[in-house]
Amino acid sequence: MTIEDIIKPENLVYKKPDLMNDRPMHYCPGCSHGVVHKLIGEVLEEMDVVEDTIGITPVGCAVFAYNYLDIDWEEAAHGRAPAMAVAIKRLRPNKLVFTYQGDGDLAAIGTAETIHACNRGDSITIIFVNNGIYGMTGGQMAPTTLEGMKTATCPYGRNVKLNGYPLKITNLLKELDGTCYVTRQSVHTAAAVRKAKKAIRKAFENNLNQKGVSVVEIVSTCNSGWKMTPDQSNKWMEENMFPAYPLGDLKDTTI
Amino acid sequence: MAKIKGAIVVNEERCKGCQLCVVACPSKVIAMSKHVNSKGYNYAYMENKDACIGCASCGIVCPDGCISVYKVKVD
Repeated sequence: MTIEDIIKPENLVYKKPDLMNDRPMHYCPGCSHGVVHKLIGEVLEEMDVVEDTIGITPVGCAVFAYNYLDIDWEEAAHGRAPAMAVAIKRLRPNKLVFTYQGDGDLAAIGTAETIHACNRGDSITIIFVNNGIYGMTGGQMAPTTLEGMKTATCPYGRNVKLNGYPLKITNLLKELDGTCYVTRQSVHTAAAVRKAKKAIRKAFENNLNQKGVSVVEIVSTCNSGWKMTPDQSNKWMEENMFPAYPLGDLKDTTI
Repeated sequence: MAKIKGAIVVNEERCKGCQLCVVACPSKVIAMSKHVNSKGYNYAYMENKDACIGCASCGIVCPDGCISVYKVKVD
């Protein structure tokens, strides 16, 4: 059997979701953002809610997310995506409203909005991509940067006496009564991607069923900011990020 | 015994040569081309064509959605 016999439309088992358009993405080679975008596209297509979804893009690397997924998007000011999501959800309660944020957006400038949106308990979904660094602006230290991790603004490694401790904001959000589902996932292997997809699907279903705030943290890599190859940064993440940010469900009140 | 045969199609222009598919492939099918696309990246291609089992691991981990996977059962 030749390759041409295998490559036929009826034998197709995997391709990128149709919701993701053909525009080349601006992300660096190997960036986790692309996988998360793809998962959101796949889940929305499977749930058949493409027309009823409103996404909110952050400031950070994912600021151009609206260029790649063909759904309705709003662009929020830096860190204000959860506040905007609450407003949109209150005006259009039947829509699936989600924010897509990085750690600099969600855990630094937007901490107040994030905590209060989660505390209000409107049915929004927060997709939180945590790579422990400010990727877009050139790899500066973020609140989530690990102790001892080198960045452009802490070249000798994060010193907790000077810079404080890494902010485990998802653990904080778990404690709030407004959140119904808080989980931490990753997308570094095919198995992890499948699990992350299930988590996103569940978070979106909670959204439509008006259960409360769902938070999906994706522990991810920034190979350009970390100065590593994509494969090396995946290994570094397994060794260093996962002990500080262990994967799994932190809270699930929907069972 | 039925055997599974797979094949992948890489969108060479979209590929950024991150090599995550090379690492993810359990059958060591994928390698990086010596040629570059218009952006200057060495793109992924099927080096070891017969070994592909169509598991789609490469496509799932590809951040840019460049890989389509095909699979057939051969009797």
